[in-house]
Amino acid sequence: MLKYPLFQSFYGGVHLESHKNTSNHKQIARDFLPSRLIIPMNQQFGSDAIPSVKVGQLIQKGEVIGKPAEKNTTAVHASCSGRVGAIEKHPVPTAGKVSTSTCVIIETNDENNIAAQKPPLFKNHLDKLTAINHAGIVGLGGAAFPTAEKLNRKSSHCEMLILNGAECEPYISCDDLLMQEHATEVLRGALAMMEIVGAELTVVVIEKDKPKAIEAISNAIETIGSKCIRLTDIPTMYPTGGERQLVEALTGKEVPSGKYPIDVGCICQNVGTAYALDCFFQLGEPLINRIVTVTGQGVKNPQNVAVPIGAPIVELIKFCGGYDGEVSQLILGGNMMGYTVDTDQLPVTKSTNCIITTKKATTPKPFEIWPCIRCGECIPVCPVRLLPQQILKAYENKNFEELGKLGLSECIECGCCDVVCPSHIPLVENFRKAKHLRMQEIKSSELSNAAQKRYELKTQRLSSQHANTEKLHADLKESIKESSKNDMIKAAVERSKKRRDKK
Amino acid sequence: MATATVIFAGIAIVLAILLIVSSHYLSTTENEVIDKIESLLPRIQCAQCGYPGCRPYAAAIVTDKADINLCPPGGNETVRRLAKFLGSDFSPVTKYSTTANLNEIAFISEELCIGCNLCLRACPVDAIVGTHQSMHTVISDHCTGCRLCIPPCPVDCISLVSRNA
Ligand code: SF4
Ligand code: SF4
Ligand code: SF4
Ligand code: SF4
Repeated sequence: MLKYPLFQSFYGGVHLESHKNTSNHKQIARDFLPSRLIIPMNQQFGSDAIPSVKVGQLIQKGEVIGKPAEKNTTAVHASCSGRVGAIEKHPVPTAGKVSTSTCVIIETNDENNIAAQKPPLFKNHLDKLTAINHAGIVGLGGAAFPTAEKLNRKSSHCEMLILNGAECEPYISCDDLLMQEHATEVLRGALAMMEIVGAELTVVVIEKDKPKAIEAISNAIETIGSKCIRLTDIPTMYPTGGERQLVEALTGKEVPSGKYPIDVGCICQNVGTAYALDCFFQLGEPLINRIVTVTGQGVKNPQNVAVPIGAPIVELIKFCGGYDGEVSQLILGGNMMGYTVDTDQLPVTKSTNCIITTKKATTPKPFEIWPCIRCGECIPVCPVRLLPQQILKAYENKNFEELGKLGLSECIECGCCDVVCPSHIPLVENFRKAKHLRMQEIKSSELSNAAQKRYELKTQRLSSQHANTEKLHADLKESIKESSKNDMIKAAVERSKKRRDKK
Repeated sequence: MATATVIFAGIAIVLAILLIVSSHYLSTTENEVIDKIESLLPRIQCAQCGYPGCRPYAAAIVTDKADINLCPPGGNETVRRLAKFLGSDFSPVTKYSTTANLNEIAFISEELCIGCNLCLRACPVDAIVGTHQSMHTVISDHCTGCRLCIPPCPVDCISLVSRNA
C-alpha cells in the first residue's frame, strides 16, 4: 500500500486532551428503535422540504416523506416504519442553535423491514447526482451540505478526493468506529465519489490516535487492491478535521478566503458520507441512519449508536442506560465546536454527530475571567491567521468597521484561542455574539441608508411642490393686479368721456 | 546667532505657509460636517428629537449648537459616537415615552382603513401606498417604524408589529 506524503502541518492549532476512550471501546450498537420519530423538514442549506404524507398514513422505512422544494436540496425519508402521528412545528437543532421547523412525527411499529430496494441504475452523470439528492444524502461531518452539490462543483478540475477521517474533536469517535467496522464500504463509497468528480487519487486522512481505524483501512486498501487510494496518518492536532486545514496539511496550499477547497483542486468528504453513499449504491438505501457518539460523564453507557434520523435524544439517552446522576449540560457536537442545548426533547438530525452529557458532580467550577493581558498567545494558534485579541477589542468597542477589516466572518469558531487564553476569556462566545451583532448592524445600516434616501426625496418633492404653488399664486396675483388695473383705468376713462359728452 | 535666527524664522515661515495652504485645501465645509453627523444618527426620521427629521437635527447640532443627546432611537450609543466625533461631553439621552426603533414596522388593518390618505402624508419615507377612498398599505421594507403615521389616522387602524414576524 502506498502512503501519501504529508506536506507539513497546517498553520496554528492546539493539542487537546483526548476523551475518545470513553466511547470507542464498544462496537456500534445497531438495535436502537425509538418509539417515536420527529423528522424535521428543514435543511441546513436551502429551503425546507414539503411533507408528502398525511396524518394517519402508514409508512414504510425508507419511504419519502418530504419532497425537496428546490432543485438542489435533498429529500427526507422515514427512518422507521410506522404511522404518521402529526405534522407540526417542533424545536429542532439547526446550524448551531435550536429553531422551530415543521416536522413529521411518526409513531413507529416494529415491522422494520426496509421498503424493498434495489441497487439504483443510472442513465447518466446528472441522473446520478439527482438520485443522490433524492436519497437524502448530505455531508455527515456536521455541516450537512448536500453531497451531490459538493460533488458537482465544477469550477476547476479536481485532482484529489480527501476522505476525512481525521476526527479531531476530543470526544467524538463515530468515524473511528465506522472505519473499524466498515472500512470496505467506506472505501467503495469513496471510489464511487472519485469517479463522479473525475479525480485520480483518493487520500484517506486519519489522525494517529486511531490505530485500529488506520489498520482496518490499510487492510481494506490491500484487499480492494486499488492503486488510487492512499492512506495518510497525520499528527493529532486540533482542528485538522477542518476542510481548509486538511487541504493545507496535505498539499501545503492555503484555501483563499471566500474560496473552496475545489479551487485548489481538492474535494473533502467525510468517511460517514462515503459509507452512506455506498449503502445507497449497493442496496438502494436512502440516508435514514447515522452514527452518533453518546458520551460524557453524565450517561451510564457511553457508546456509538446507529440512530434513525429523527429519534428523540431523550430516548437515545435511555437506550444508553439513561443519565448518570444530575446532568449539568447537554452538548450537541463536539466540546469544541458544538453548542449547549437546554432540552433533550430534540430530534437527532443528519448533522448530529455527537451528544456530550456532563455530570454536575464532576464538572469543575469554571475559571474566573480576567481582562486580556495582551500576551498574544491566541495569535499563533488561530488556524485562520486572525488576531483574536484585536477582534475582542474591536467587539468591546462595538467597532463594526474594524471587525470587518479584521476578518471576523472568517472565524471558524474552532475555539483554539479559548484553549490557550491565560485569562480564560470566552473568546469564541464573544465572537459568535459579535458576528450576530455585526450582521444586525449591517442590516440596519442598509435600512437607514434607504430611509435617508427616501426622506431626502420626499423633502425635495415637497419643497419643489411648495415652490411651484407659491409661484402659481404669485403669478395669479400679478395677473389679476395687472388686468384689474387696466380695466379700472379704462372704465374711469370711459366714464369721464361719457360725462364730457353729456355736457 | 544671526544665522540661527534666520534659519528658524525661515522654517517657521515655510511651515506657516504650508499650514495655511493645507488648511485651505483640507478644510471641511459645514455641509460635510452635517453629512457626517447625519450618518451617525439612526436615520429613522421619527422626529422624536424635536426636529422634523435626522438631517434637520444634524444641521441644528452644527448651526444652533443643539444638544447631542436628543435622539431617543439612537440611545446612549449614538450620543457616545457624536460626543467622540464632536469632541464634546457625553450626557445620557433624554427619555421618550415610546422610542421608535427599526425592529418594528407599522401595519394598517385593511378592513378598517377608510382611505383618508392622512397616514400617507405623514410618512417621512414614503413607505405607505394608497389613494383617496381606497385601502392603504405599508411597504414593510421601506417602513422605519417611526410611528408618525399612527396619530393622524382617524379610525386608529395602524398598529406596530415586529419586523421579522
Ligand atoms: S475561534 Fe476563530 S479566532 Fe479563535 S482560533 Fe478559531 S478561527 Fe481563530
Ligand atoms: S490569549 Fe487571551 S489574554 Fe492573551 S492576548 Fe489573547 S485574548 Fe488576550
Ligand atoms: S429622533 Fe428620530 S428623527 Fe431625530 S435624529 Fe433620532 S431618528 Fe432621526
Ligand atoms: S409607515 Fe408609518 S411607521 Fe412606517 S415609516 Fe411610514 S410613518 Fe413611519
